[in-house]
Amino acid sequence: MTLQHYLVISAILFTLGIFAVLTRRNAISILMGIELILNSCNLNFAAFSRFMTPEDISGQIIAIFGIVLAAAEAAVFLAIILAIYREFGSIRPDEVDTLKG
Amino acid sequence: MQPLSNIDSLLHFSPEILLVIFATAVIILDLIVKNRESVAVAHLALVGCLCTLAAVLFIHFSFGKGEPVSLFLGMIQLDVFSTFFKVLLLLATAATILFSLRSEELDAKLKGEYYALLLVITLGMFLMASATNLLMIFIALETVSLTSYILAGFLTHNPRSSEAAFKYITYGAVASGTMLFGLSLLFGMAGTGDLTQIGGRLAELLASGEVSSLTLLIAITFVLAGIGYKIASVPFHMWSPDVYEGAPIPITAFLSVASKSAGFALFIRFFYTGFGSTGLMEAVDWPFMLAIVSALTMTVGNLAALPQQNVKRLLAYSSIAHGGYLLMGGVLLTSEGIGAILFYLVVYLFMNLGAFYVVVLVANEMGSETINGYRGLSSRAPLVAVAMMTFLFSLTGIPPFAGFFGKWILFTAVLEQGYYWLALVGLLNSVVSLYYYARIVKAMFLEDTSEETDRVSFSTGTFALLSVFVIPTVFIGFLNIFYTFSNISVSVIPMQ
Repeated sequence: MTLQHYLVISAILFTLGIFAVLTRRNAISILMGIELILNSCNLNFAAFSRFMTPEDISGQIIAIFGIVLAAAEAAVFLAIILAIYREFGSIRPDEVDTLKG
Repeated sequence: MQPLSNIDSLLHFSPEILLVIFATAVIILDLIVKNRESVAVAHLALVGCLCTLAAVLFIHFSFGKGEPVSLFLGMIQLDVFSTFFKVLLLLATAATILFSLRSEELDAKLKGEYYALLLVITLGMFLMASATNLLMIFIALETVSLTSYILAGFLTHNPRSSEAAFKYITYGAVASGTMLFGLSLLFGMAGTGDLTQIGGRLAELLASGEVSSLTLLIAITFVLAGIGYKIASVPFHMWSPDVYEGAPIPITAFLSVASKSAGFALFIRFFYTGFGSTGLMEAVDWPFMLAIVSALTMTVGNLAALPQQNVKRLLAYSSIAHGGYLLMGGVLLTSEGIGAILFYLVVYLFMNLGAFYVVVLVANEMGSETINGYRGLSSRAPLVAVAMMTFLFSLTGIPPFAGFFGKWILFTAVLEQGYYWLALVGLLNSVVSLYYYARIVKAMFLEDTSEETDRVSFSTGTFALLSVFVIPTVFIGFLNIFYTFSNISVSVIPMQ
């Protein structure tokens, strides 16, 4: 495995994540798409750290921070989805549209 | 400049530590105080802001008068630039706490969390203003973002607030994920996360052909997505009207001023420290990209504001447009441009917070957020109407108010650098903006309500707080102190 393999995989993950966010009509699926995006970044950091700066692990540390922040983001996102479900009875983004103009 | 070790940094880090202590104390006090009507929690948060302000100023004046100090092994930098933004952010937080005390929207049961979160978001913004490492930039940005999602959705059992939080987090998470991807590419190319070294490394690699300018362009564009989302610039502005309309009014005021200021601090630090060298700008012409973004942002913001009926939404679009004006200063690569941004942010803080305070008052007394609710305000509450007129004319940029001086300095800097088309777009936009600001003034002074004509009385405290915003909005332009302060703050930002 070379650096290119990892970068291609992470680019595919990132694209899939963006695609999921744009096309999915369910808040949970959107959250999964966002997780894909964040994980592709973590993969990037870890791979760069391993191949570009093997003696310096700061890239891997950034990846660990990325995992923590992704978890925090998922927690807040799920809480907000719960609030949305209570108010609207649905978690489909197109049904949540009282604000416009 | 040798970075300080972690232990040595702690003393310089005391404002941030104080914020954490007070955020914890607020939660604990909230558990102890049984009386739900008590304002002790809010007052403790306010004291926290003042103590932090004192600490920020003490550190600034006692350690080398704002000489740059690199803390935590190069993670953040303490200098006069970050001190400037810390003072600005603390003023915005203190004002938001005072607004929240007077707003009737908020749930009394959740006060502890609310004020603790306000202090935490201020901490995140402090870090945004001083981060010099890619990791720190991302953590600071996420701290601010995650907290503001929660605060935007803070009105439980209000569908609009929940919807605002939902839209905010969906756009925000994608934007920050995209930004992290861009940061990972930058990290991979440069092999370091240190913002002060990245520029030099990348310039070398570009010169030797090891890094292609296309990759660099992609990375910078991705990072711009995250920063552009924070300052609500086109095309990442879509969240802002919905969030501003749905969120509690004090939070809207806070987001429109503090979040934007912190975003600009990050923007200036990131691009000028990291990517200010000529070699990099030849490969990726980010100033030109930003000039386009700036022109689009102000045009879209102003045109979309024209038909709005909800005043919060109107001010949201006006805030997008102001982001566009501010960005003009960022494309110039001169210290005059950055100084103009900083000065305009001070002016913007007072006039925009003031306008939102009037929105809070009107929402409390008339129960309305639409322009119709402002009809006949001049006869019902003349002083409030005059204050609102001051803020709105200042936002337009009409002399002799502070907004005029802010715009004057900004446009002069733009013209000096020969960006005539950009200045022209900005000027035309200012004219357009007069139309929608004047609509509110017209409703207040020239239209009468048929139903109620009783005078509304406000407490002395309300007028005192209002004058805290009116007086600077009228006089800042005539005082040199803020302008001098913003120009001194620029001195640590490297220029070509």
